[in-house]
Order: sequence, then C-alpha cells, then structure tokens
Amino acid sequence: MNEPDCNPNQETFVINLGPQHPATHGVLRVKLTMDGEYIVHAEPVLGYIHRMHEKMGENRTWAQFLPNTARLDYLGALSYNHGYVQVVERAAGIEVPERAEYIRVITVELNRIASHLLWYGAFVLDLGGFTPLLYAFDDREHVLDLLESVTGARLTFCYFRFGGVYNDIDEPFITGTRAFIKRLRSRLPDYHNLVTKNIIMIKRLKEVGPISAEMCRRYGATGPVLRGSGVCYDVRKNEPYSVYPELDFDIPVYSECDSMARYMVRMDEIDQCLRIIEQALDKLPDGPVMAEKAPKIIKPPVGDYYGAVEAARGTFGIRVVSDGTNTPYRMKLRSPTFSNLSLFGEASRGMLLADALALMGSLDLVIPEIDR
Amino acid sequence: MMELLEMEPLRLLIFLGGLIAFAALNAAYLVWLERKVAAHIQCRIGPKEVGPFGLLQPLVDGIKLMSKQLLVPNGVDPYLFKVAPLLVLVPAVMSFVVIPFGENLAARNIDLGLLMIFAFASVNVLGLLLGGWGSGNKYAVISAARAVSQNVAYEIPMLITVISLVMVTHTMNLNEIVKQQEGMFWNWYIFRLTASPLMPVAFLIFFICSLAETNRAPFDLGEAESELIAGYHTEYSGMGFGVFFMGEYANMVIGASLATVLFLGGWQSPFGIGSGWWWFLLKVYALIFCVMWVRWTYPRTTLWGLLNLSWKVLIPISLFNLLLTGATIKVVSYLFGA
Amino acid sequence: MSGYFCELYSGTKSLFVGLGITFRYMLKPVVTLQYPHESLPMSARFRGHIELIGDEETGAPKCVVCGMCQKGCPSNCISLAGEKPEGGKGKVLTSYILDFTKCSLCGQCVESCKFGAIRFSKDYNLAGPRKEAYIFDLLKRLEEKGR
Repeated sequence: MNEPDCNPNQETFVINLGPQHPATHGVLRVKLTMDGEYIVHAEPVLGYIHRMHEKMGENRTWAQFLPNTARLDYLGALSYNHGYVQVVERAAGIEVPERAEYIRVITVELNRIASHLLWYGAFVLDLGGFTPLLYAFDDREHVLDLLESVTGARLTFCYFRFGGVYNDIDEPFITGTRAFIKRLRSRLPDYHNLVTKNIIMIKRLKEVGPISAEMCRRYGATGPVLRGSGVCYDVRKNEPYSVYPELDFDIPVYSECDSMARYMVRMDEIDQCLRIIEQALDKLPDGPVMAEKAPKIIKPPVGDYYGAVEAARGTFGIRVVSDGTNTPYRMKLRSPTFSNLSLFGEASRGMLLADALALMGSLDLVIPEIDR
Repeated sequence: MMELLEMEPLRLLIFLGGLIAFAALNAAYLVWLERKVAAHIQCRIGPKEVGPFGLLQPLVDGIKLMSKQLLVPNGVDPYLFKVAPLLVLVPAVMSFVVIPFGENLAARNIDLGLLMIFAFASVNVLGLLLGGWGSGNKYAVISAARAVSQNVAYEIPMLITVISLVMVTHTMNLNEIVKQQEGMFWNWYIFRLTASPLMPVAFLIFFICSLAETNRAPFDLGEAESELIAGYHTEYSGMGFGVFFMGEYANMVIGASLATVLFLGGWQSPFGIGSGWWWFLLKVYALIFCVMWVRWTYPRTTLWGLLNLSWKVLIPISLFNLLLTGATIKVVSYLFGA
Repeated sequence: MSGYFCELYSGTKSLFVGLGITFRYMLKPVVTLQYPHESLPMSARFRGHIELIGDEETGAPKCVVCGMCQKGCPSNCISLAGEKPEGGKGKVLTSYILDFTKCSLCGQCVESCKFGAIRFSKDYNLAGPRKEAYIFDLLKRLEEKGR
C-alpha cells in the first residue's frame, strides 16, 4: 500500500509523527506520507517501549507475574489485574468469595472512570483545549485517592490475588466513593456544556474519522471504538464474568461511526460506571475477601486457558498454557489498543492532519500496552 | 516636559524609547497575566515563587531567554531565519506610533492612522511565512502555509467591518474617531445603533478577526502544539523565540487597542468626566483578559472550520452590515436633513 | 437557510455557555496543594519501599531468615543472609539488602512473610544522584531508626 493513490503527481513528503510528539502520548511513531496537509499513507511504527511482558510471564511463577499486568495499561491497571487473576483462578479451580468479586467490580469500575477521565482531558488537549484536562484531573485525583486508600498505589495497582483481593475495603472508602459519585454527577454537566456541546468541538468531531463496523471487525477493534461504530459488544454483557450479571447497566452504543460517537460512548460509560458502583456498594455482601482454600503455590493442571475482560480500551484477552509446573508454559496477551491502532493507517487515509490526530485521540491509545 | 515634546528629534526619541519599553513590558507582563488567568480558570495559583505573586517571573524568564545561545540549526536559511522574528516584532511596535493613548498622547497623530495600522499588520504575516520557510522544517512549513491562508481569510471581514465604521466616522484619524465618541458610554460606536443596528455584531466580528489575525486560540493553527509541535517557531530557541513571543503579545495589544479606539471610546470615560489614558489602558486590558479567557476555554478549530467561519459567516454578515450602514446613513440624513 | 441561522444561534450560544463555565471556575477556590510548602499525610496503606520491623523490646529484627521474601520477589531485588549463633536456636539476620532500582512495589515479599518482619514504609521522598543510592541496607536503616 505504499503507492500514494490519491496524488497522481507523487508530490509527497514524509513526516515522522513521533516517537516524541505532543499528540502521540508516548513513544508511538507514525510515519506519515503527506500531500500538503492531507495524509496519503500512515504507518504506525511500534516497538519503542517493548518490554517482553509475555516472555517475562513464562519465566516467573504464576503469582510473580501479577505486578506485570499493572504495567501494560497503566491507566486502567485493575482491569488487567482482573483478567489475569480470573483466568488463573479458572485454571486452578479456585472459588472466589462473593464479597471479593464485588470489591473487584467496584475498584475496576473506579479505575475505568479514572481512565476515561484522563482520556477525556488528553483528547480535548489534542484538540487544543487545555482547561478541561485540569478539571478532569481534579476529579481523577479523587478516584486515585480512593484507590490508594485500599490498594496502596496510585497508578500501577496490584490489588487482586488468586482467590480474592489483597485488602478488605473499609467504611471511609465506601463513604468516600459515595461522595465521589455525587461529586462527579454534579460536574459531568459542566463537562458536557464546556466541551460536548461546544460548536468548535462538534465541528471537529462530527462526521470526521469514520470507522465502519466492518473495518472494526477486520482489524479486531473492540471497546469504545467498536461501540462507536454501532456494534453492541461488551464482554461484561456478552460473556459475563464476575458479578456483572447481577448488576443493572446499559452498554452505550452510537452508530454514527465518527469521532464524536466514540467520544460519546466513553462519556456515557462514565455514567454507567457510576451506576454500577452505586449498585455494587448497595449489594456488597459480608464475608471473607480471600478464598480460604486458595493454595499458596499455584500449579494449574495441564491445559490451555483463555479469559477475557472488558478493559477501559476494549477486550483484554489472556491465554495461558500450563504444563502443570509453577510457571506458565506460554502466555499470550491480547491487548485492545494494538488492534485499535492497526486500523489507523486505513482510517486516516485522505484525512487532514488535524482530523487524523483527532481520530488518533479518539482511539485512546496507551503505548506501553500496544508494545507490551 | 511640554516644551521638550515640542522639539521634534527629541520627541521622536522619547516616543521611540517609550513605545519599545511599553511593548516589551507588555509582552513580559502579559505572559505573567496569561499564566495567572489560565491558572485561576483551572483552579490553580500560577506563578508565585519568584517575587510577590510571582511578579518577578517575567524578568527571570527574560534573563533566561537572553542568556541562551542564539542557535542557528544546520539546514536553515540563515538570513531569513534571523530576519523573521524581527519582521514580526517591528511592524507591531510601529503600529503603536498612531495609537492615541490619551488626548495628546500619541507619537504621531496622522490622518491615515487606521490605514497605517492595517498596512503594518499585513507585514506581520510575512514574518511568520519567512520564519516557517527559512526553518527548513516540515512542521514549520505547514504552519507557515496555514498562517498565510488564515491571515488572508480574516483580513477581508475585518476590513469590511472597518470600512462600514469609517463610513460613519468620515475619518481615518484615530484621535478624531475617539473624539467623536465623547460623552456617556452610549455614545461609543459599539452602542451607536442609529449609525447601524448591527454595531455590536460588527464589534464581535472585529474581535473574532483580531483573534485570528494575531494567531490566538481558538485560531492558533499556526502553532497548534498538538499537531505541529510549535509551528513556525519550532526551530527557534533563546531570544529568537523570545522576539516571536514579544511580537505575538504586541500584536495582541494592538488588536485590543484598535478595538478600544474604534468601538469602545478609546480614552473617553464612560461617564463623560475624567477621561484620560487610564481609561484607555483599562479598556485595553479588559479586552486582553477576554482574549485570554477565550483561549483557555475553547478547543482549537481546524483550517477548514476557520475558513468556513470566515467565508460563510463573517464575510456575509459584515457585507450585510456594510449595506445596512450605508442605508441607515442615507435614511437618517433624509429624515433629519444633512 | 433556517438551518444556517439555527446553527449560528446555537453555536454562538454554546460558546458563551463555555465562557460562563470557565468564569465560574475562575471564581472557585484553588484546589491544588503547594507541594514543597505543604504536603498531605500518606494513606495508611501506602506502599513505599519495604523496611524491617524491629522487636519492640530488643529492637532486633523479627526476621528469622527463612528467605520466603527472596523467593517471592518477581524481580530478585532482595538478598539476605543470616548465620546461626553458637548455642542459640534459629538464624540471626546479618544483612538484608534491597535493590530498589528493580523493585516494583508489588508487595509479594510482605505477603509471603509469615513472621510479620517486613512492612511498607511511608518514605516517598526518594531522590538520589547515583544508582548506588537505591541499594538499601535495611538492617542498617533499622538500626538507625532504633537509635
């Protein structure tokens, strides 16, 4: 596809967007062949922050890999924790107490809100609006304070264990979370009035950066990107895990396929996360947070196991092959943003640079998760 | 003092020094103001460590910029690269010559003052173009092309608006225009609905255009930092960048001054008494505050959005305003006699 | 044509609404903390680098040199040694080195310790000019603390 097809005179030039560029949020490099301000061909170049997490997993005991899962997508670390813990629990046949599952859901959803808030700020920053970023960070700090009070970390959480969670949540956390739900609900209208309804924002996002459902399917895009293309697919509903079936929430789907649709999906998801947390707090049962029979040394029986969770950016799948020893034989991580980024080359063809960057922002990329 | 001002060469020197000092101080302290405004809009404090309320921060920043090496990267056109920042700053400072700060406080009170400001404002874009082109950087070239098309698109509605105003004032002498707005604040041209019912809209158009002319957000396509790193001044460092920066802020002051003179009564007091340069500065800084407020509220437009706004909204409305002004003048003079 | 004016009206309105919001926030109190001048207390579960817990009476480390923390650590950043005193029973810790450059604060060591001999510190002001500044001798730190 290197032949520029919309420029007969071949008068193009190449721009390296990154690895250090304000719009790529990390060390992503995109090789852009440009015709003036139009993109003829875009080629994402990966590997600048590759850390061999999969190989590391094969050299460590099952429990020792836990902190690594927090370092894939550092903005939504708990979902990745959850995915790994869940697949190993299934492999080793460990029953998780109900209270632990509820705590998992509460913290994962809080983490999802934090991730979406950061994305919101960074996305508007990509579009040149600086102030919403700091409003979003203000709220995000509250989530991080809450999560720090239970997990002990602010970003690279390592909270879940095979058979439960590390710490029980306490009363200040519950009241704090309820207060945060109230606070965020009162601030969301400001976000919408300041950004969503702003005419400049609408002009920049409406009907810009179309990604069809068919294209999503071809590249395996998931998460808000897929739901912004009109496909209602969310692992929490389609292949329910944990206690999600017991909670009542909607999956926001927009069928416009443009950047605005992806934006709206995430903004609505924040609302839904708040609903989930509220219900989970109401239903929170008493009991232990760690399975009593959880073995200290995990040695899952020989077999091939796959599990998936809905992370903030899409479906995070993890496949582990066990040969019965205390280290995994093979570990494969399916990271959502890798697939979401893959479609950038095709989707951005013929777009203006500014619009393409809006499109890239709406994919919500976290580079360490792409490279792993 | 007054006798001194009468002596032509001395008067020239005093005003030259005064204007350059005014432009430089403005640039320095507007940066401080901008940082403070941005901080408070974002519920922060902003600069506070250097001096009381961080007031010495601009001084320290200036010393830092001046003490840095004037780096001319390989592969640039050295002459254009060095000339470009000056081409941005000098016309802006020149424009101050005709701005009436007070009744007798203008370096030169010339009859074509308004025209002169627009003539110099057009040189400004040449500086951006040469800076971008001379840098030999792809981002800078894209930015330069954007800046030019933006300036061309926005000079038209601005000039049409000004023409409709000149039809009312019958003069291009800025001091005369201010004098015509004497008395209470409803005599200001922005509220002079008898001249044209669309005067407030004309002011808004003028304000938007001056935002676009000075490359301020939401029209800062030239230096769109999330797309083009820093646009035309990507390759500049030290005082080369500092001069670009000073030029940008000086242009902002010119834009605000012009809007004040044309629409908000210049140095006239809103209550008819106590007029003087203090009112002029107050109005100018209030407008500059609005410019900053706008910048820290909106996301950036795209080039398409910008041109659409200019050609599909601002130009038709300003043309309509031109027609309306002409018609109103005729009708008023017919009804009440010339 | 009416669509044009509708958009013009709603667009202009949205711009003024935005200005109103930022103005309202401008009048709100500052939310940031002026860090070096003020700082917040660390939360109870904050995970800093690990430290040894001394016996309340003697001040000697509770560690019995079982080596579980060393085995549990995913990054091999703990190295400890002990010796058996003559006549006494059990081992006595002689050195406990934490290579904090490799530590990812996962907490596997604290969890694997059955004797409650290590815990997370609340120390977060960690800046040093050299790599060696992060090779912590925890035994020495405990002694310094006891003094």
